[in-house]
Amino acid sequence: MYKFLTGPLLWLSFLIFFVGLIVRVVWYVRGLSWQLDRVAYTEHVAYGIKGALRSIVSWLLPFGTRRWKTRPGMTILVFVFHIGLVFTPIFLLAHNIIVQERWGISWFTLPGSVADTLTIGVIVSAVFLVLRRIAFPEVRILTSAYDYLLLAITVAPFVTGFLASQKVAGYDFWLYAHIITGEIMLIAIPFTKLSHIVLFFLSRGQLGMDYGIKRGGMKGKGLAW
Amino acid sequence: MPEGRLCNKKPVDSMEQLQALLDDRRGLKYYEEMNELDVDRAALSTAIQNTCKSRIRTWLEICAHCGLCADACPYYLVNNRDPKQVPAHKIQSTLGEIVKRKGDVDNSFMQNVMDTAWSKCTCCNRCGMYCPFGIDMGIMFGYLRGLCFAQGFVPWELKIGSGMHRIFRAQMDVTQEDWVETCAWMEEEQEDDWPGLKIPIDVEGADLLYTVNAREVKHYPEDLAEAAILFHIAGENWTVASEGWEATSLSMFAGDWAACKMQVETVYDSMKRLKPKRMITTECGHMYRATVLEGPYWAGYKSGQPPVECIHYVEWVAEALRTGKLKIDPARKIKEPVTYQDSCNYIRNGGLGDIAREIISYVAEDFREMTPNREHNFCCGGGGGLNGIGRYREQRNKGLEMKRDQILETGAKIVISPCHNCWDAIRDLEEIFHIGISWTFLKPLLLSMVEVPEHLKPPEQ
Repeated sequence: MYKFLTGPLLWLSFLIFFVGLIVRVVWYVRGLSWQLDRVAYTEHVAYGIKGALRSIVSWLLPFGTRRWKTRPGMTILVFVFHIGLVFTPIFLLAHNIIVQERWGISWFTLPGSVADTLTIGVIVSAVFLVLRRIAFPEVRILTSAYDYLLLAITVAPFVTGFLASQKVAGYDFWLYAHIITGEIMLIAIPFTKLSHIVLFFLSRGQLGMDYGIKRGGMKGKGLAW
Repeated sequence: MPEGRLCNKKPVDSMEQLQALLDDRRGLKYYEEMNELDVDRAALSTAIQNTCKSRIRTWLEICAHCGLCADACPYYLVNNRDPKQVPAHKIQSTLGEIVKRKGDVDNSFMQNVMDTAWSKCTCCNRCGMYCPFGIDMGIMFGYLRGLCFAQGFVPWELKIGSGMHRIFRAQMDVTQEDWVETCAWMEEEQEDDWPGLKIPIDVEGADLLYTVNAREVKHYPEDLAEAAILFHIAGENWTVASEGWEATSLSMFAGDWAACKMQVETVYDSMKRLKPKRMITTECGHMYRATVLEGPYWAGYKSGQPPVECIHYVEWVAEALRTGKLKIDPARKIKEPVTYQDSCNYIRNGGLGDIAREIISYVAEDFREMTPNREHNFCCGGGGGLNGIGRYREQRNKGLEMKRDQILETGAKIVISPCHNCWDAIRDLEEIFHIGISWTFLKPLLLSMVEVPEHLKPPEQ
């Protein structure tokens, strides 16, 4: 069972994950049209790159934009959630050991306490993300079961992984659950709006190019996001 | 009855059609016919397939439903934070549904889409600045308006407006003769006060080609005279075109892309014909957006640039003040508190925020910024064609409360508003709420304080 889960199924999950995301990126870029979008993407490349980078970087920085500044609570929530989501699995010691055992390579790993903190950060912020969906009318009106499902898919590997790492009763169960939910997440990413792990950069970059090339970027100082 | 006589999928291309629409007072018959209008589902589905590409589809799909766009929208704020006014909800429940259902929607759905696209969004693009994914719902509403227009679901005034562009290549029924005559008339009017003042028509190779808004010609031609006087004082080598003189685009508000193309092409033709060094628009926001920013794409210019460099009137004013072509008499600078209405179309979407402040530094002593301001400013409340649509007067007036409160907060008595739509909206809000402000374009303001060089002064009587 363990062999299958961490062997063929894991390979398949990663395959779907990477191929799926590549397809997403290719489809997105190919679907851009200078005339329909009314942005001369290829004509003013320097302005386009400048606008795109500015748009992406401003939003990647906590409090880097007016929106992040005026909504500090949400900003903290979003960044705690995403930093934990991205960095924990990549720099987790346990994951690195597996990679080293199989391929003989390894990289920087997080101390256990940091990984635990990041994981708890993901879980706690997810709880708050659910609460605000219920509590705030402007979020509630946008929310459907699908949004909760995606949150569950995202957080499940962290809950199960955390429990497994704490050596609670039923270690095997939590370990298997962790692997399976992790694989579900990998597979779900390209097919759902979780694909924003790449589309965020493309969409942000696109609007940055729009502002950088057409909407004032060639005249003013560039948009203050 | 699938197609009405007035309300149908055919754009207005003839005087007869136009007159029939104009004769229908307040569009009563037009909207009555709209209740019977069939949705051409196949055409709608084809349109989406052909024009709704990865950018918009991705926006619709990846929206995280986080609600961070909510308080970016003035309509959400001013309508007591009504969740139905959340931008993401507005676009998902209209365009999002149409795309999801592949165009399989009915009449009442489309009427709701029309009401949403024109009365709950002015395409100010502010929400796009507040979405972490960069989802610009203003752009999507602009696109949605195009789908609505093609199906005949468009507010009566804008059906007329786009028809005006199709027939007159101007937003109002002002013919080329009317225009040329108005130029001559305004020139004549200034004979005594400004000897030697000309409104040069069709001069080739001028430094500036000035384009106007037809309503100036039709309703307040003194605006043209003021422009001429300021160019005269500044010693500009300028001209206007007898054809392609009008650079506005109600067709952009209507979503009539074919008319948008026709309109800008006449303006671009005048640029190609007269070969000016630069083109300059009058004090109008959407004109700049349409002819300078979007127009090249409608006309199919891959460069995204109009045939000659184009500037907004504020850019010329800033330049003239900076270079000393226009000199302000310091004693006549405005002493009262004054604020500036940042037009979405050339500030947020045109990057001219600094230019506006530069002008202010020359003309006002007590300048008060609105909060928020520049790119982050709220729409005046009348953008996107909303000022002119009777059906949505109530919604428009509600939206004005946002601007009213912003202005009141500054304590300013004068609002400088170099944009026709903003100017109208602020005039209307004063008429409705009586907050004791005045509002002005730059031209009259500059004329009240500019120093006139000796040699241009009229001979002593």
